[in-house]
Amino acid sequence: MSDSSPAEPGDIILEVRDLRKEFIARKGRARVRAVDGVSFALRRGEIIGLVGESGSGKTTIGKLIMRLIEPSSGSIEVAGFRSGSRSAVGDMAYRRRVQMVFQDPYASMNPHFRIKDVLEEPLLVHRIGKTREERMAMVASAMEKVKMTPVADFLDRHPHMLSGGQRQRIATARTLILRPSVIVADEPVSMIDLSTRAEILHLMKTIQEEMELSFIYITHDISTARYFADRIAVMYLGRIVEIGGRDEVIDNPVHPYTRALIAAVCEPEAGRAGTLRELQVRGEIPSASDIPSGCRFRTRCMYAAEECAALPEPELEDIGGGHSHACRRWKEIGWSGSP
Amino acid sequence: MGDMKRAGTEPVLSVRGLKLHYFTSKGAVRAVDGISFDLYPGETLGLVGESGCGKTSAGYALLGMASPPGRIVEGSILVDGTEVVGMPERSLRRDLRWSKISMVFQGAMNCLTPVYTIRELMAETYREHAPARTRDAVARGDGGIDALLAESLRLVGLPVAALGRYPHELSGGMKQRVAIAMALFLEPRVVVMDEPTTALDVIVQAQILNLVKGLKRDLGLSCVFITHDLATEAEIADRILVMYAGKMAELGSSEDIFGNDPLTGSLHPYTQMLLASTPRLHRRVSELAFIPGSPPDLIDPPEGCRFAPRCPFAKAKCHRDEPPIAELGHRHLAACWKAMEDPEYERL
Repeated sequence: MSDSSPAEPGDIILEVRDLRKEFIARKGRARVRAVDGVSFALRRGEIIGLVGESGSGKTTIGKLIMRLIEPSSGSIEVAGFRSGSRSAVGDMAYRRRVQMVFQDPYASMNPHFRIKDVLEEPLLVHRIGKTREERMAMVASAMEKVKMTPVADFLDRHPHMLSGGQRQRIATARTLILRPSVIVADEPVSMIDLSTRAEILHLMKTIQEEMELSFIYITHDISTARYFADRIAVMYLGRIVEIGGRDEVIDNPVHPYTRALIAAVCEPEAGRAGTLRELQVRGEIPSASDIPSGCRFRTRCMYAAEECAALPEPELEDIGGGHSHACRRWKEIGWSGSP
Repeated sequence: MGDMKRAGTEPVLSVRGLKLHYFTSKGAVRAVDGISFDLYPGETLGLVGESGCGKTSAGYALLGMASPPGRIVEGSILVDGTEVVGMPERSLRRDLRWSKISMVFQGAMNCLTPVYTIRELMAETYREHAPARTRDAVARGDGGIDALLAESLRLVGLPVAALGRYPHELSGGMKQRVAIAMALFLEPRVVVMDEPTTALDVIVQAQILNLVKGLKRDLGLSCVFITHDLATEAEIADRILVMYAGKMAELGSSEDIFGNDPLTGSLHPYTQMLLASTPRLHRRVSELAFIPGSPPDLIDPPEGCRFAPRCPFAKAKCHRDEPPIAELGHRHLAACWKAMEDPEYERL
């Protein structure tokens, strides 16, 4: 798989370097460090799953990449276009290359628009297509891509006349129409019924492969990340604590947080109802305005030792095959070795 | 296994032929259209299905709470021997809800009034549902109602200090614990829980599931656990009722539904397909199955089996005649012509 091969520089489509975002809480002087030093590179045609609990900063990263908010420091570069370039032209060029599928298919479309308006809007904003006919041809082809056919049946409908799954297809079509390089999908299926969830993921993956798109797939659900993503980055309190190929991370997790996350997942198997589950973690995620010193996971970690609090925060360490983690005690806590 | 324990035990909740319809301007929506099950003491029954299958409506019906324009049109619900259907609202409030059967509503944790402290919120529920007990507690002195509240909190693993907090100061998991504590106040015989873990993070979800399991073990809690997620049911339910479009598709033990043994696995194609579309963490899959199409309109449901339009095995008969729910294995029920007439059929 592409995970183990060293990336050619030309392969990288999105690069995030030491990204930070601080929010100032309205009252008091609490500084909320939502994203606290995140770096990663996304290759062309690759899907990275950003996995974490609420409060881990995964959605903030998505918003930063989308430029819905500006970073406190650090940089984001997409296909050579840097986020935060001062010129309006550079701005538009960046925005056209990065598109988003939002979590809530009910809230992400103007209810007064018909489907054709929803899809034409980005073309108008970016001044693509000279005539209405030209734009409508693009709209139709985007709808065919997401299997909203026959196209004519849907063009004049309003969003409320569609099911959740159909809306997420339209939302996907709306991103595709600008031919972006990167799509940020923030929990795109969490509000969709179970029986159609897989259908939407499957569709997005098919399109991704066909068009060689790159995806940031943001989710709290590591099971769908295993299916959808090539690599998984596990986030905790604003930082990546483990990143690697999806199979390595799930079958061979190194960081105690990743292990806890995996241990907490319910599997549809018989014989589990009788016994309490051993959760390899204490309590709940602390506030991002009060991040523990040293290793930020130590307050919940079953393996934390004195050094974890005393020594500076561990950096990501590569253990081969592009699999990195940020745990100082990984050898002592019985990591089972490579697969 | 449950049968030996159950010899001579009466079900604590017994539902027969329950129908709850919503009378809208477009016609009657047959949201719950004939479901029957028993819940035995100390047991957790999982109610599972897609949104719109009627599982939440069924849950509300158990407390005699069809929300307008809904009405229970048929059937019987016995809670601890008391018939709920047809009971006047006054008696429902006085003699049934909370004292015999209570509910943790979906999203309850987000419905805690933000301007009240947890103490005020809980005390209000107490006063509303158990005025006598509250009066006694206050009369006894020694902490009065606070002592009752503290005991409730201890039960769900919250510190007493939480009493002085406002809802926004608590995490989602803690708020859900408060909602569960409030449902357990009067030691009801049955607790209905509607998607109590859905909006929570995985780790918190697992913590809440552990809490419910502990309550089941320590208090012998009998529970109807409603969720759309089969994996969650696997973690908590002893028996599982799969609903589709207001009907029972299948009812069986956890082993019956999830067993890998070809002799014990699920019988209904809907259950099988739902299971196949549930992502598995520890299985490398390149393809996730999904169920094409969407559930039928319940104002005008299809003739015959309601799942037939989406079922890969459907034959002419399935589109014509509705399959009855029948016991096809030991205490394992399914409503499927194929499962009934061709037990050796190829499973998905």
